[in-house]
Amino acid sequence: MRSGEFHTSYRADMAIFDTARARRVLAVFLVVLFAVPLVGSSYWLDVLNRAAIAVIAATGLNILTGFTGQISLGNAAFLAIGAYSTAYLAAHGVPFFAVIPASGILAALAGMVFGVPSLRLKGLYLAMATLAAHFIVEFAVTHWDSVTGGVNGTSVPPPSVFGLALANDRTLAFLILPVCILTLWFAKNLFRTRVGKAFVAIRDQDISAEVMGVQVFRFKVLAFGVSSFYVGVAGSLLAYHARIISPENFPLSLAIDQLGMIIIGGLGSVLGSILGAIFLTLLPEVLRLLTSALSGQFPALVQLFAPLKLGVFGITIVLFLIFEPDGLAARFRRIRNYFRLYPFSY
Amino acid sequence: MEFFLQVLLNGLVVGSIYSLVALGFVIIFKSSGILNFAQGEFLLLGAYVFLAISSAHAPIGAALLLTFAFSAILGLVLERLVLRPLIGEPIISVIMVTLGLSSLLRAIVQGIWGTDTRPLPSVFSLDPIQLGPLPIARGYLYSAGCVAVLLVVLTLFFKYARPGIAMRATADSQQVALSMGISVRRIFALSWSIAAVVSAIGGILLATMRGGVDGSLAILGLKVLPAVIVGGLDSIGGAILGGLLIGVLENLSGGYLDPVFGGGVKEVAPFVALVLILMVRPYGLFGKVRIERV
Repeated sequence: MRSGEFHTSYRADMAIFDTARARRVLAVFLVVLFAVPLVGSSYWLDVLNRAAIAVIAATGLNILTGFTGQISLGNAAFLAIGAYSTAYLAAHGVPFFAVIPASGILAALAGMVFGVPSLRLKGLYLAMATLAAHFIVEFAVTHWDSVTGGVNGTSVPPPSVFGLALANDRTLAFLILPVCILTLWFAKNLFRTRVGKAFVAIRDQDISAEVMGVQVFRFKVLAFGVSSFYVGVAGSLLAYHARIISPENFPLSLAIDQLGMIIIGGLGSVLGSILGAIFLTLLPEVLRLLTSALSGQFPALVQLFAPLKLGVFGITIVLFLIFEPDGLAARFRRIRNYFRLYPFSY
Repeated sequence: MEFFLQVLLNGLVVGSIYSLVALGFVIIFKSSGILNFAQGEFLLLGAYVFLAISSAHAPIGAALLLTFAFSAILGLVLERLVLRPLIGEPIISVIMVTLGLSSLLRAIVQGIWGTDTRPLPSVFSLDPIQLGPLPIARGYLYSAGCVAVLLVVLTLFFKYARPGIAMRATADSQQVALSMGISVRRIFALSWSIAAVVSAIGGILLATMRGGVDGSLAILGLKVLPAVIVGGLDSIGGAILGGLLIGVLENLSGGYLDPVFGGGVKEVAPFVALVLILMVRPYGLFGKVRIERV
């Protein structure tokens, strides 16, 4: 009977799956996940796709903010760059398997440019520089009419596989879910490599990291690049999913939502990005169901839905920060360990 | 030339409002090292509370005083309930909690007062005053006056008053301040309530000038950030100068570049300036340079 975790080698310590059962559970989960698009209703498939896209974006942000410690308020801007790159490339007949990485790379380049100030700026000041990036990109998107369609937005042709257009949520899920899993798998492994460990060293103490031989500037810019690549890929999928994109799809509140996801999920945890993104995607849906269920007794609720959504988001963030600063991932780990080591957990 | 002067003057007067709002940011940052992203909502709440009290037929003066009292208490309560548990947490948590707070406050305001623009009882007349050849809105003069008074009062407060000195000491090092017998908690609470009152003043002035109050007032909380950063987060004089600079820059660039880009330059120019200035001077023009040690 197990009574704790006893790793006897570095290999065991670094392993992604610490038990064979974890591996089996994940396999079953994946099978179930891919069965969902075959049976789900279109409403919940829409939610599923949006959640998967949010997971990719939140993972990207977590790489930058949670693992490398560089605060970014510019995520909505990088999403916009990914989405508009996709709109532009797809309209020019580039197939989706080239469009998605290309959008990621374009977003990564933009991210690296806006990451350059991180050499000198830290904390609040860096947050401000990325906030500026948001407004500058927003300005560009609204005014570069020939590429972005300006305030009216632009439409995106659906991706097609062998002449079959992935035009609804059911088929699109089979594009979005594999990309999501691929990016998560990469992120999970990234932090077992030298690069990932350099990121974490910079977060913990950048001057110490530099003293120990980590080239801080290079890795900070790289972190911006990797993170924005993720966000760009998410933006690309978002464009394919939304079909019509306009500057209104990328408000500052989107960047704040994504920061909320990694705070609620857990900073510096891939699992945390997943849980947080799912949590914050489901929250408005649950609220919507609740208000429509209660609208019979309280008709005023329907009008109050927008402020209610905003307020619940705000209070959730505040309560999580005060009572569970390590996020859902830490809570999940505690619960799992309780059952795993039962009855010898202490 | 006439156009230039008009644009410059507009910039200065708008900038004076920015300075007023920026002061609220600086007061909190100077003592507790927190950048309050909910500042715009403080403006909004101040204006709405003033509206609610004065529409209950209270005289203007009493309504103003009650609004200030409400704001002071709001600042105290928020500091106690939300910010204090986060002392010592990483900066991202503190940024995020004020962002969450801003969503919450905006939701409360929307829930109570809705989203329609509501006229405010006029605190002052809106007829413009002629300044040489140029007309200038009266509200701007009042706000410039408020800024001047607050500048003097706050500078003296931080220089000579015991709580002011204690606030500076706390900003410098919380540990040392504690060991010198300063109640850091009380200082934080004080700074939040002062900032909330200053914001309420700003909110009422702005809402009066815009002819009413609605949710868009809160956007100013973000628009003022470049002013705060350009001046340096912990400098009162810097905040005021930053506000004026950004106001002028915004109006000049809007006036001259809008025809080229087809509008919207006004909104983005402050942020471009922000990035450029941060590249050259990472702590703003007047901010204190922090020396980092491991």
